[in-house]
Amino acid sequence: MLEIKDLHVQFNSRDHEAVSGVTLTIHDGEILGLVGESGSGKSVTAMSIAGLLPRKQCKLSGDVLLDGQDLLHAQRSELRRLHGRKIGVVFQEPMSSMDPLMRVGTQIGETLRIHQPDMPKEERHRLVYEAMRDVELPNPEETYRKYPHELSGGQQQRAMIAAAIVSRPSLLLLDEPTTALDVTIQAQILELLKKLNRETGISMLFISHNLNVVRKLCKRVAVMQKGKLVETGTTEDVFFRPQHPYTQKLIESIPTRHGKEVR
Amino acid sequence: MDENLVLEVRRLSGGYRKGGVISRGTYKQILFDVNFEVRHGEIVGLVGESGSGKSTLAKIILGLLDPQEGEVIHHTPRPQIIFQDPYSSLNPAYDVEWILEEPLRVYGKYDKAERKRRVRDMLSRVELDEHYLKSKPNELSGGQRQRVSIAAALIRRPRFIIADEPVSALDVTVQAQVLRLMRSLREELDLSYLFISHDLNVVYQICDRVLVLKNGRIVEQGEVETVFNHPQHEYTKRLLEAAE
Ligand SMILES: Nc1ncnc2c1ncn2[C@@H]1O[C@H](COP(=O)(O)OP(=O)(O)OP(=O)(O)O)[C@@H](O)[C@H]1O
Ligand SMILES: Nc1ncnc2c1ncn2[C@@H]1O[C@H](COP(=O)(O)OP(=O)(O)OP(=O)(O)O)[C@@H](O)[C@H]1O
Ligand SMILES: [Mg+2]
Ligand SMILES: [Mg+2]
Repeated sequence: MLEIKDLHVQFNSRDHEAVSGVTLTIHDGEILGLVGESGSGKSVTAMSIAGLLPRKQCKLSGDVLLDGQDLLHAQRSELRRLHGRKIGVVFQEPMSSMDPLMRVGTQIGETLRIHQPDMPKEERHRLVYEAMRDVELPNPEETYRKYPHELSGGQQQRAMIAAAIVSRPSLLLLDEPTTALDVTIQAQILELLKKLNRETGISMLFISHNLNVVRKLCKRVAVMQKGKLVETGTTEDVFFRPQHPYTQKLIESIPTRHGKEVR
Repeated sequence: MDENLVLEVRRLSGGYRKGGVISRGTYKQILFDVNFEVRHGEIVGLVGESGSGKSTLAKIILGLLDPQEGEVIHHTPRPQIIFQDPYSSLNPAYDVEWILEEPLRVYGKYDKAERKRRVRDMLSRVELDEHYLKSKPNELSGGQRQRVSIAAALIRRPRFIIADEPVSALDVTVQAQVLRLMRSLREELDLSYLFISHDLNVVYQICDRVLVLKNGRIVEQGEVETVFNHPQHEYTKRLLEAAE
């Protein structure tokens, strides 16, 4: 499905590569977890798959192939065609990608409007409402008409997830999609992702610093540190038999319930 | 009156007016009869599900939104805020050094060398390397951005901070360090916090007292140990169960 080969990303303003030599495969219908410390290059990796890195500010090399098609060097217009149709993206910070002047419901339906222009408006609205209910947004009619800044942090995050899944892409890039959600809603979103994966075979890259969530959702996990991939394996192996010292440290740091370590 | 208070919130209700200024619109009430106080050196947690009104309460306390009824009494200068969304709250036009130095410049008490020293010190305390000084907010990772916004609030050495989901983007290791920093500044500066979080583990680690908000009402408040070990309200029990 998706193949990343020897990906390097060097921002002009930095002396170290943000991503240095990452090789990674996401199989058809797989949910792959990507974990690692803050600044290790997780989002930059996702952005290069989505073709959303500021190309003038960085040097890129390597291959990113989606079903054999090169994404890294694809034309902007080509990428725009892929977005929403084949790739859905949920960004780490919702407001970084939402249009502040467009109503939430309209925004969720955008990819449908662009990629399926022949779809009747009524059908589009129906799908948008369905996606809003899927992600547990409250009062869909009211929320549809709101602007992004009129939503709470967790509601913005859910609106973005709705926008990413509404057109049923074949690959979902989820960058910390549940950080603003309380455990109850988080559990419902994870169930939704599992269900989509089961029913439509959609593949996912799931980035999270919450290792418990990764363990629940992913069959395979990749671990990044300082721009490099230090370990890839089944969730089982990585969590119970971590090989790399960094992964071992990471697994040890999973908070045990109610640990008062700070005090 | 209790001299130890930094903040009193009395019979507060509030919400948003829908529609434009001219149409006047209808009023959507979000908060109902909220009462609590924060004392010197205290860290008070505010928990509740997404959409329950936590950030709305923060906005009213900060004066960014008018209350419908009731009052907010400050016993310190205006509190500092760490916003839930660092992406929108950090000025994209300036680099990290400027963002952290500006409040010290406005303060006018330190010379340039001292300002630079304080900026570097605060940056290292949130685990960020000096070479990020010249970065603009959009050149940082999500967790790095969140740490800059924490540093920008703490460097002002305020008496009272409202922190809205301040550590949600941080991995456990960095998160533990930032929580330690917030606690140690509390001792150093006699600082108080209203600490908003949906992560009950974090709240348990750092807070002295906790308020539980449900649909805009405080349904339970008390010492963290008491509330977590002997929750009274059904909703609190459910929250705690879900967090297991
Ligand atoms: N536009 C940019 N210009 C320069 N440097 C950048 C840019 N975007 C990201 N970086 C740097 O690249 C590195 C990797 O960033 P990335 O956003 O991938 O981290 P991350 O693993 O997602 O971390 P987090 O968990 O904090 O979100 C960081 O050191 C960051 O400062
Ligand atoms: N500017 C606004 N105009 C209208 N409604 C708003 C506005 N801001 C927030 N709301 C609504 O008020 C309710 C409470 O929002 P608030 O941001 O206080 O929630 P929260 O408890 O902080 O949630 P979260 O944990 O998701 O951040 C939500 O239903 C939200 O949609
Ligand atoms: Mg990131
Ligand atoms: Mg909020």
